[in-house]
Amino acid sequence: MTRRVVCYINQFFAGMGGEEQAHVPPSARPEAVGPAMQIQSLLGEEAVVVGTVICGDSYYGEHLEEARAECVRLIGEFKPDLLVAGPAFNAGRYGVACGDICSAVTGTLRIPSITGMYKENPGVELYSPKTFIVKTSDSARGMKDALGAISALAVKILKGTPLGAAEDEGYFPRGIRKNFFHETNGAKRAVDMLLRKLAGEPFSTEYEMPVFRRIPPAEPVKDLKNATIALVSSGGIVPRGNPDHIRVSSAESYGVYDISRLDDLTPENFESIHGGYDRVWANEDPDRVLPLDIMREMEREGVFGKLYDHVFTTTGTGTAVAHAERFGQEIGERLKKDGVDAVILTST
Amino acid sequence: MRLELHKVSVRNVSWGDETKVEKGTLFVNREEMLSVAMKDNRFARAELEFARPGESVRIIPVKDVIEPRCKLSGPGEVFPGFVGGMQTVGEGATLVLDGAAVVTCGPIVAFQEGLIDMSGPAADYSPFSQTNNVVLVVEPVEGLDQHSYEAALREAGFRLGWYLADKGRGSKADEVKVYEMGGPVEESARYPHLPKIAYLCMSITQGLLHDTFLYGADMKHLVPTLIHPNEKMDGAMVSGNCVSACDKNTTWHHLNDPIVEELYSRHGKDLVFLGVIPTLEDTRLAGKERTSWFNANLARMLGADGVVVSEEGYGNPDTDLCMNAAKCEKLGIRTVVISDEAAGTDGKSQGLADAAPEITAFVSAGNVNEMIELPAMDRILGYDSSISNLSGGAGESLRKDGSMFVELQAIIGSTNELGFSRIGARWI
Repeated sequence: MTRRVVCYINQFFAGMGGEEQAHVPPSARPEAVGPAMQIQSLLGEEAVVVGTVICGDSYYGEHLEEARAECVRLIGEFKPDLLVAGPAFNAGRYGVACGDICSAVTGTLRIPSITGMYKENPGVELYSPKTFIVKTSDSARGMKDALGAISALAVKILKGTPLGAAEDEGYFPRGIRKNFFHETNGAKRAVDMLLRKLAGEPFSTEYEMPVFRRIPPAEPVKDLKNATIALVSSGGIVPRGNPDHIRVSSAESYGVYDISRLDDLTPENFESIHGGYDRVWANEDPDRVLPLDIMREMEREGVFGKLYDHVFTTTGTGTAVAHAERFGQEIGERLKKDGVDAVILTST
Repeated sequence: MRLELHKVSVRNVSWGDETKVEKGTLFVNREEMLSVAMKDNRFARAELEFARPGESVRIIPVKDVIEPRCKLSGPGEVFPGFVGGMQTVGEGATLVLDGAAVVTCGPIVAFQEGLIDMSGPAADYSPFSQTNNVVLVVEPVEGLDQHSYEAALREAGFRLGWYLADKGRGSKADEVKVYEMGGPVEESARYPHLPKIAYLCMSITQGLLHDTFLYGADMKHLVPTLIHPNEKMDGAMVSGNCVSACDKNTTWHHLNDPIVEELYSRHGKDLVFLGVIPTLEDTRLAGKERTSWFNANLARMLGADGVVVSEEGYGNPDTDLCMNAAKCEKLGIRTVVISDEAAGTDGKSQGLADAAPEITAFVSAGNVNEMIELPAMDRILGYDSSISNLSGGAGESLRKDGSMFVELQAIIGSTNELGFSRIGARWI
């Protein structure tokens, strides 16, 4: 089956003119125009370029919503299997337009899209998580190589050939980690890397250190005697039987449990389902991880005002940071809405 | 120190009247081996099964894997502190049943045991899909506390590993591999111009099912120390450890440590291998500080230019990993770390629970959260319903037809952080 490809280019590559024509609104032609003709010949019999959509760079930038909607409509009418935009090299406005239309088409028409840019094009940072952006040189002098790389990736995607890592396929990473098998085992790669590092030779780390967002702590509690305090835990303490089926590790959810009628956690009412530590003593007395008993005692003594009626709990082991961030934001919002002044977080 | 590994190749396993290896087949006298397993009154029942490469067999939940080894000559016996007495090992000759393994299995102790598939897609990820496995499936006596159950099963594995090798003494080795190296002072003097490399073997030491033992000593009570790499090959370091299956160092991994193998093979050519620093992963901050300072200081006193740091587990130990690398680098000792990542099932999350800018050389052992489809197997050894309580599994993982959809971390050894396999996570 011959696959259908639509190309997106700007007014310049469509031969309509330079900056003086950058205001032209979107239009469509039922054929390959400009670089699309070369793409057609590179795709060979694998796919046919059924149309080209053209838009002025200024028009796209200045009428983002309308331009995007109109281009998606025009592209959709060709019923394509794949969109190729650009390549935009180091042209900023063109790069943003290419990235934006690719991301919109992939998002709404649910078809893959490919564009090409130079590493410093602002479109790379904005759109690399949402589309395939093939690495190109900084100007149209690199057109031949760029179209070759784009077409090669297009053929692989259209044929459903499993793709290698971004580095091997020549596109900017989309922010996704995927497992592959290397040529050599990890131990050998490690010793090789260390010897290169010691010799002052270049080496490539396999994972750049993530940068953690630092959240400034809230102001100290001014009036503890009247403060409402909540208990939140990543120690996996849940009502017996784990009613919400929170996973023992790699949790993707947390539980909210009413403790307003409880003074003490016991093996009869609560348990630890955490997969990352020795739970023997936590199960003997779940207060050891989620100290409800002491909190009730201090509440009665008037050390603080009130213990919040619910506890929030999850298992913090192997939990993806993205999930943990979401839990924190959701729990924080709810506590704030309910007028909680402070939180005791227990972990294990 | 010189150690010869006499490797008897095992390509098949079969029941027999006498336990022995003949023409590549390990014959097992079932009754005799069972009686060795049952030399512990903490077991109510025990059964032995075989699982061979390529068979439609799933073993679950697996606690440890042990390569059969015993001493032919030299001081001590393998698995000192458990099978052998309290004497340092690593010299003389050791018999290895290469290609055979003892796999220990029983009702779930906690949440972090794993599975081995002998065929299908999971077989690409575990070294134990390629070994001829003698599987011990036990049931503990009623009311046995979890700590004792773990200890009983751990010790049974070592006992059976030694038993099988001991019965293979009569077999001629297919290969004799010699590992010979002096101590750090001697070897550094011999190769003064080569970079001096120490190996920091981080081990989980966090409590029940999260312990590692060195000469029988529970490592969570130790400070880091130094051993000769040969000692590892004789079972000085063993697993008592069922952290997430993907990145636990089984006893088999300690015996066949790929970092030791790699550094040894390049010793005197590209580098000087100074030795192994078995180190712990404490749960407390003070413990993490103490351990990481000890590690860096030990490496400095050894004269190390560089250190290979391997992690065991993920999450909490990521902090130990960062501290170890940062403190070594501060002392001018260059580091490379081997770690896996918990990047989420979609691969889009950051993969470590902690970070240090000093970690500039990172070898990825894969994303533990990546999902894998496992078809049903004809035969289940153990209890496949336990997948719902295993790390990497969930209540809905096991389908009615016996197939499973799980995270890679449920598979033993899939993202081993000694860098045993070729897997690694990369950007797409």
